[in-house]
Amino acid sequence: MEPTAASAAADRMIVNMGPSHPVTHGTLHIVLELEGEIIAKATPNIGYLHRGVEKLGENLSYQQFIPLTDRLNYCSSLMNNVGYALAVEKLLGIQDPPRSQVLRVLCSELARIGDHLVCIGINAVDIGAFSAFLYLFRERETIYDLFEMMAGQRLHASFTRIGGLFRDIPPEFEPLCRQFLESCPRTIDEMETLLTHNPIWADRTKGVGAIGAADAVSWGYTGPCLRAAGVAQDLRKAQPYLGYDSYEFDIPVATTGDVYDRYLVRTEEMRQSLRIVRQCLDRLKEIGPGPVIVDDYKVALPPKEKVYTRMESLIHHFKLIMHGMEMPVGEVYSATEAANGELGYYIVSHGGKCPYRIHVRPPCFPIFNSFDEQVRGRIIADAVAVLGAMNVVAGELDR
Amino acid sequence: MVIERIEAQLPGVVLDRHDFRGDQTIVVVPGRLLEVVDFIFQEGFQLLLDVTAVDQGEREPRFDLVYHLLNLANQERIRIKVPVADGAPVPSLTGRFKSADWAEREVFDLFGIPFQGHPDLRRLLMWDDFPGHPLRKDFPLDGGDPFCNQDIGAPFDPDARSLNG
Amino acid sequence: METLKLDDSVTTTRLDAVVNWARKNSLWPLPFGTACCAIEFMSMMASRYDFSRFGAEALRFSPRQSDLLLVLGTITNKQAPVLRQIYAQMAEPKWVVSVGVCASSGGMYRTYATLQGIDRVVPVDVYVPGCPPRPETMIYGVMQLQKKISLESLAARKEHIESFYQSLARQEELQRAAGLTAHQAVREMLLEAGAQGGQRIW
Repeated sequence: MEPTAASAAADRMIVNMGPSHPVTHGTLHIVLELEGEIIAKATPNIGYLHRGVEKLGENLSYQQFIPLTDRLNYCSSLMNNVGYALAVEKLLGIQDPPRSQVLRVLCSELARIGDHLVCIGINAVDIGAFSAFLYLFRERETIYDLFEMMAGQRLHASFTRIGGLFRDIPPEFEPLCRQFLESCPRTIDEMETLLTHNPIWADRTKGVGAIGAADAVSWGYTGPCLRAAGVAQDLRKAQPYLGYDSYEFDIPVATTGDVYDRYLVRTEEMRQSLRIVRQCLDRLKEIGPGPVIVDDYKVALPPKEKVYTRMESLIHHFKLIMHGMEMPVGEVYSATEAANGELGYYIVSHGGKCPYRIHVRPPCFPIFNSFDEQVRGRIIADAVAVLGAMNVVAGELDR
Repeated sequence: MVIERIEAQLPGVVLDRHDFRGDQTIVVVPGRLLEVVDFIFQEGFQLLLDVTAVDQGEREPRFDLVYHLLNLANQERIRIKVPVADGAPVPSLTGRFKSADWAEREVFDLFGIPFQGHPDLRRLLMWDDFPGHPLRKDFPLDGGDPFCNQDIGAPFDPDARSLNG
Repeated sequence: METLKLDDSVTTTRLDAVVNWARKNSLWPLPFGTACCAIEFMSMMASRYDFSRFGAEALRFSPRQSDLLLVLGTITNKQAPVLRQIYAQMAEPKWVVSVGVCASSGGMYRTYATLQGIDRVVPVDVYVPGCPPRPETMIYGVMQLQKKISLESLAARKEHIESFYQSLARQEELQRAAGLTAHQAVREMLLEAGAQGGQRIW
């Protein structure tokens, strides 16, 4: 008997991936409709980590929102801090001092390297290459040591403040960072030896999840996934901020947009980030010591010695904490090139202590939206590979 | 800039415009959103970054739908705002941008703004039968859960045996 | 005939001491990782902190094959029924460690969407605070759990597990009677318990 359309749909097996599943990073739920082993349709269900961050932001002051931004893309927390601080500074119309700008670039690039280390490491673990994960995490531990030196916390540093940074880097930072600049390229080389020309890795990742450039743009892709599809869009070069136009680095662009290309783009981006970090360290020496936060006490807390000894500084401190900053009425959208793509903050202010509306544009949101198109017609093992390569971070996706 | 060309090509569509902190923004007539979007799509704004909304509370119309678009060729950005009344449907952009799919679902979920022509308009972040639309200004932050209140402390069991001794 | 000296090869002890010793040194964790604490958990599994020293290298993502439920990250109200189901599917003996402040008490998210502590829906043995807790803190938490396990008596059936199964039955009854989904039923039970003073639903 000829299979009819109705019976074909009824023959499909429904398989749930998640919300508790080893390869769903964070907590995602995908309903797979299978015909035999081929995926006929994949429907993602998200929202299992929706914590109400945007609504909570409407009840917190601008400074109090900073720790919440850490926990968006938790693999590269500092980039979220930097993006948010830039958005609020755009709204205020102020700029942070030069030393703070270089330090923000430095910690953003370290966070970017950290994010790619996690992404490739976990992608490898899901596909079965466990050793790569262990080697990459050793470098990530060094990055954690650097963050802890800078900000006091390994993962959620909350390092930026409105108008600058929490504090300056200690003197022990530079030697450890230089040591990291020596050891990280060696680790990336080791990882490439394990993966790049590995026939098993190529079999599992080449041609999987391929997406064309026009489709990627229509889906709203940004970041490494868009660059892997062939579109050379990187906000650091296209719409520079924090002085990125004065650093020398290249943007890796691939062709097919499949998992292998995304892996190659991320690997090369790590190397380019290391270049930027080296330039940052040299530039810090050139600039020399200086303030890392604006001098305006209506925006930034005055230093503690002044608060304890001068009445005026005490009043400024009090007003900042209790009444918040004096914000203009208006709305801004500020975007930075985070590890996953364009991380946008849309802030609407009615002049009060708290934002009237704050919206985060997560880079992995549209990428995960296109999951069905990426895995349709392929097998479940390919779905696992694609999930890893998209770098869907649930904290950012669901907010 | 593209706003001048929009005003020239589609007179009467732009209700208001501003350039606060360098962000080009236009407020358009609700019924003519598709015309504006089609025009700027030809102009090169082919990446729909985001669809979101702002609940303006007591104002009529209640919501401001906000679209952010990017022109990859000349790196121009534009923000399109559409004032929408509570319950009034808005045309969906899923025919033109695939990224509108989940973005509009999220706005529907969190604000309750229905999109006409969306292939699969159901909740995205909350579960299907969640009562209410969380990001509306009249929805409480704690969702009505008294346990979320500030003055209720965590339950402490004084009989729990200390493991440190 | 010579008497055999057994001193070096035989030891005498109590049954529950040896069973608890075996259980605590071979915990097979189920990393129920949702958010940032899962990243610190990955650090704990990696080479610097090396969780496998505690016999817990065998991560089993299936509740049927594991005995320690490590809840790593924020549990939202949407995830709560899923967590209950996973806990129900585990075989006894089973323990729960709530890692991070989000799992222990809702963390910094006092909102409509976040479960204010997993102890509202499942019984918890050890709470590990931190946002995220350092790997050393998580290891200390597991060591405290090991201490707790060694103090357990084999005969006593844990009442809190019993009361959890009763709450699961009440939840299913509510779903059947009122035609609610699992999410709605858990939400109703949570709101009711909260109105009575923030008690747990099990």
